[in-house]
Amino acid sequence: MSDYAAPLADMRFVIQELVGLDEVARVPQFSEVTPELVDQVLAEAGKFAAEVLAPLNRVGDTHPSRLHEGAVTTPPGFKDAYQRFTAAGWNALAGDPRFGGQGLPQIVAMPVAEIWNSANMAFCLCPMLTTGVLEALKRQGSAEQQARFLPLLTSGEWTGTMNLTEPQAGSDLSAVRTRAVPQPDGTYKLFGQKIFITYGEHDFTDNIVHLVLARTPDAPEGTRGISLFIVPKYLSDDHGKLGARNDVSCVSIEHKMGIHASPTCVLAYGDQGGATGYLVGEENEGLRYMFIMMNHARLGVGLEGVAMAERAYQHALAYAKQRVQGRELGAKSGDRVTIIHHPDVRRMLMSMKAQTEAMRALAYTAAGALDLANHHPDPTQRAQQQALLDLLTPIVKGWCTEQAVEIASLGVQVHGGMGFIEETGAAQFYRDARITTIYEGTTGIQAMDLVTRKVAAERGATMRAVLAQTAGLDNMLAGNSDAEVAAIRARLALARQALEEATQWLVDVAAKDPRQIAAGAVPFLKLSGIVFGGALMARAALIAAKRLAAGEGDSDFYRAKLVSARFFAEHLLPQSAALAHSVTHGAEATLALDAALF
Amino acid sequence: MKVLVGVKRVVDANIKVRVKSDGSGVETANVKMAMNPFCEIAVEQAVRMKEAGTVSEIVAVSIGGPQSQETLRTALAMGADRAILVETDQEVQPLAVAKAFKALCEKEKPGLVIMGKQAIDDDCNQSGQMLAALLGWPQAAFISKIEISGDSAQITREIDGGLEKLSAKLPLVATTDLRLNEPRYVTLPNIMKAKKKPLENVKAADLGVDVAPRLTTVKVAEPPKRSSGVKVADVAELVQKLKNEARVI
Repeated sequence: MSDYAAPLADMRFVIQELVGLDEVARVPQFSEVTPELVDQVLAEAGKFAAEVLAPLNRVGDTHPSRLHEGAVTTPPGFKDAYQRFTAAGWNALAGDPRFGGQGLPQIVAMPVAEIWNSANMAFCLCPMLTTGVLEALKRQGSAEQQARFLPLLTSGEWTGTMNLTEPQAGSDLSAVRTRAVPQPDGTYKLFGQKIFITYGEHDFTDNIVHLVLARTPDAPEGTRGISLFIVPKYLSDDHGKLGARNDVSCVSIEHKMGIHASPTCVLAYGDQGGATGYLVGEENEGLRYMFIMMNHARLGVGLEGVAMAERAYQHALAYAKQRVQGRELGAKSGDRVTIIHHPDVRRMLMSMKAQTEAMRALAYTAAGALDLANHHPDPTQRAQQQALLDLLTPIVKGWCTEQAVEIASLGVQVHGGMGFIEETGAAQFYRDARITTIYEGTTGIQAMDLVTRKVAAERGATMRAVLAQTAGLDNMLAGNSDAEVAAIRARLALARQALEEATQWLVDVAAKDPRQIAAGAVPFLKLSGIVFGGALMARAALIAAKRLAAGEGDSDFYRAKLVSARFFAEHLLPQSAALAHSVTHGAEATLALDAALF
Repeated sequence: MKVLVGVKRVVDANIKVRVKSDGSGVETANVKMAMNPFCEIAVEQAVRMKEAGTVSEIVAVSIGGPQSQETLRTALAMGADRAILVETDQEVQPLAVAKAFKALCEKEKPGLVIMGKQAIDDDCNQSGQMLAALLGWPQAAFISKIEISGDSAQITREIDGGLEKLSAKLPLVATTDLRLNEPRYVTLPNIMKAKKKPLENVKAADLGVDVAPRLTTVKVAEPPKRSSGVKVADVAELVQKLKNEARVI
């Protein structure tokens, strides 16, 4: 029996009541996506995750992937689980129906991905990367490339990887050195080394499709001279039949702090005369193409944060309800109680619960925006939703993962001494969650993306539009007589003001001194996450209060939602003022000290 | 051969049930519901028999409120061809189930009815047996194996003393035991296809069946909490306590 149960009630609430499934279902191609269908998909995914994937999570931690003579063996049970996963059609959930996908919207795909990640994050990095490759080839691949690769990647018979990083080119991709030499037949030969390639080699499938950033011989310097190539592990004919082994090999895998099951590979290209690669789109446009999949992947990693937070919470909650220690505070006699009765343990659990709910609300909001940005019939709506999505992406990635690490750490803390003991399991969530603030762009990179490209570049237009919506929410909150809602409204108004001031400062200073806004970027990102998350929790509280007043639905759920929202308002929203101060007054001290004096 | 499969919506097996505060029953409002595990085994068996070519059509049947449609959709996603919901808002007891199934059997004329041996909510273990009696068909309860050849079925039953092997003429009512099979996971394409499969709603009254409960639930209560134990000095004291206090020997 697994200790993970998909939080179906909260997922359903966020999808249907908070984000609004009907909005997405109005898009003609999603007209079949009914609440009943979503419920059934989530329930079956939850079952598969709890019974097949979750029990392997610890196995993967204690039996890391191994490399022997260029071949990677994944932990016991993983290959079988992958085959069951793809056989059940889960890999194709959001795929394009032209290539065998089920064509479900992201408002369904992302909650399902949360379920996989909560159950076994190291496992589902593999399908997540395949999704990224699918997305990039769907948009930029030639018809011939799409026909050859997309059906097999959609079904999961082949998997995909993203090859960006090289030892000297991490966050700075302008330093990429891998070479791509054009051949007379129109293909390229690639030479170079890529590192940190997740599932770059494994035993799940016969073939792996690498998307690789490299430079052609006469390419310009820097990021404008990078092209994108498809380099399959095995070359294949038009029918997907495998031919010769390509000149790409796994030369080592990393020993990591977490996600042990996921093989993080060093891949060598061209040791035997050159790896055959096929150019995607046009030369020198590679980085732009890669960012298509990066943006999708960033939301995916933000969602990993939500997923790890949820799992850590469930684990800590189960322990707190079972561990007996001490008496109720103030009681001199009577039975000893479980630790959930102790106020500080409750504070930790509430903090985990309230933040996880806010993070889920924010991530699913982005999922809804993604669907509407891509598929809404009205171009004005598409543009608005795209702007919202662009703004939300670094916040979902940066804030949800930073909070996930904190939440997983609280999960260890709830366990006391046992939390530090590996067999309890709490430590694994903490170690696994730790990568999420790093890969697909660190929190610092996300924050720079937010303050420069997403806020300063458009002089805060989208940010102000969101804040105006929050101000509109204030009127609705004012119209509700519930005492909890009133308390939430007061805190949200102050938090909104803090973000307004910080945004104004940012827009004013950006042109004059970019170093100052860079110094305040991460506090600004956290501030945005807290205010957006707090606004969503306030909206959730309003819905809950209305449902309770009308006597509709699950009253226990709605009462708990009101309490979560109140907790978020009293414990998280007040941090806004402090973060805004860091943004607007913190840069000077950050930048003052000469490097030699550190 | 057509097969009728019984499917009951019950509280999910992973949920710890709570007694309603007024003692009238178990709380089912806003509780996660799922298909009764024994019914899942029944559906799985029918699907396997269809895959093996011995069954041509699978009709999943449930009796209950409109929410039971969700459970029928799961049966359709597992591989049933169509579904019938006998709708009623009353508490459904085994005799009512058997009568409704009898009416449907007369209409649908299946060669085989497969039901779970019991539902994990009331644990009655009666519907299949009652149905066989009402129809005058052979019954095979608690089966762990079934093979069809011609107009008869070879059955293995799980009984207290071990396994019992029987041969029975079709049509037949069979009820499933745990070892019959391990139900499959529903696949995503099949969930999508299930939306388009026919699901028919009939009222119990339209079948000419009176589903009114014959039994009255007097009270539902939690089992008594386990009280703390006592240490005995020797075997004599233990025997004495077992005799006089526990009165078990």
